[in-house]
Amino acid sequence: MPTVSMTVNGQAVTGDIEARTLLVEYLRENLRLTGTHVGCDTSQCGACVVHVDGKSVKACTMLAAQAEGSDVLTIEGLADGDDLHPMQEAFRNNHGLQCGFCTPGMVMSAVDLLNHNKNPSEGEIREWLEGNICRCTGYHNIVKSIQEAATKM
Amino acid sequence: MYDFNYYKPGSLADAASALAGAEDGKIVAGGMTLIPTMKQRLAQPSDLIDLAAVGDLKGISSDGSSVTIGAMTTHAEVAGSSDVQLVIPALAAVAEGIGDPQVRNCGTIGGSVANNDPAADYPAACLALNATIVTNKGEYSADDFFTGMFDTALDEDEILTAVKFPKPDKAAYMKFPNPASRYAMVGVCVAQTGGAARVAVTGAGQDGVFRASEMEAALASNFAPEALDGISVSADDLNSDIHASAEYRAHLIGVMAKRAVAAA
Ligand SMILES: Cc1cc2nc3c(=O)[nH]c(=O)nc-3n(C[C@H](O)[C@H](O)[C@H](O)COP(=O)(O)OP(=O)(O)OC[C@H]3O[C@@H](n4cnc5c(N)ncnc54)[C@H](O)[C@@H]3O)c2cc1C
Ligand code: FES
Ligand code: FES
Repeated sequence: MPTVSMTVNGQAVTGDIEARTLLVEYLRENLRLTGTHVGCDTSQCGACVVHVDGKSVKACTMLAAQAEGSDVLTIEGLADGDDLHPMQEAFRNNHGLQCGFCTPGMVMSAVDLLNHNKNPSEGEIREWLEGNICRCTGYHNIVKSIQEAATKM
Repeated sequence: MYDFNYYKPGSLADAASALAGAEDGKIVAGGMTLIPTMKQRLAQPSDLIDLAAVGDLKGISSDGSSVTIGAMTTHAEVAGSSDVQLVIPALAAVAEGIGDPQVRNCGTIGGSVANNDPAADYPAACLALNATIVTNKGEYSADDFFTGMFDTALDEDEILTAVKFPKPDKAAYMKFPNPASRYAMVGVCVAQTGGAARVAVTGAGQDGVFRASEMEAALASNFAPEALDGISVSADDLNSDIHASAEYRAHLIGVMAKRAVAAA
């Protein structure tokens, strides 16, 4: 069995896995980090979005082996202890979620947007969320949340 | 997904010998097409050879009259490249319109061109811009490279290393995206270089990307949207599926071609 080593939320992890193990399976099943969700499993919904070396990716469409040596950030690594990340806080303030299933992926995707575009327009936010599907909110409050976070990040 | 052996060679020569030595080996680049296909068990390679550690396959260089893009360069890197934006802005726009941000962060130009999906965007750009496809064994003109739906001139164990695009005088790409996947229902790329015009159509043809020669002739004498008035595209060899009929696609080719010429 291949061995993988990577940094997840600041901690070095290593494990023996089958080559076919997806990054999302490694995170959820081996590391028990179940905040990262699997919605579609066909690379379309974005519930599984995490950051690998600072870029948002779909963890259901990457092998754990491909993330060997990388720095991985999941929703569990975003808050600073009990202090929510500004994006999480903004989702709470603006009722940016209903059932919450899409939320970890939405938040991780939105943080990536603000990391390289500090002040996106509403249109740019909506375009960016192309790969994140929400069945509940109708997106308006998600967009509002990201706009509020942009003033704080 | 069926299990497989996974390799991440550090050089092109090692990647080529791993591929040649495997029973049913496949390259993995961004994985944005291959991994979903393997998850559906539509592909079950014995060995995956990951090109991520082959350093010289990544990056963009430009000499002002052409742009060369390494096979492992992501769509996001092409879209954000100041060289590409300066020399061939239409190509940066093609990359920016692929899928969604997470697909663009992983998917590569080499993977897209080697895969030749009949609805993919890059094949139309390569064909209209008269690109050269570079591999570990030689070079192909785009006209010779795309040989049919999901089919290219690549040998089983040949590795695409770069795509080289000459600078056109003008070019633009317009696609009518499938609203769910963002793949092209119809996409038309037009380019004018000297007195010649090239028009490539993706998303529509039963054999994948193709050139629209009647439109090219009309645009060669007058590179303007009106030059395409009266040219009707036959629906005969076009795709019909749940998204659109062949007739609808035929109509869209004319509309997208005019919009592309106007935008160029
Ligand atoms: C949700 C979603 C939306 C998408 N939307 C679009 C879209 O709008 N337009 C579009 O054009 N595409 C779209 N794609 C496809 C995307 O662009 C892929 O990134 C691309 O088709 C394949 O590139 P890859 O690097 O991911 O290749 P992989 O999936 O790793 O490989 C694809 C194939 O090419 C082969 N291959 C890869 N690299 C090489 C090489 N260097 N030499 C030889 N063979 C090689 C592999 O063996 C495999 O058969 C979408 C994908 C997804 C998941
Ligand atoms: S679970 Fe990864 S995109 Fe839906
Ligand atoms: S809040 Fe339910 S899917 Fe988005």
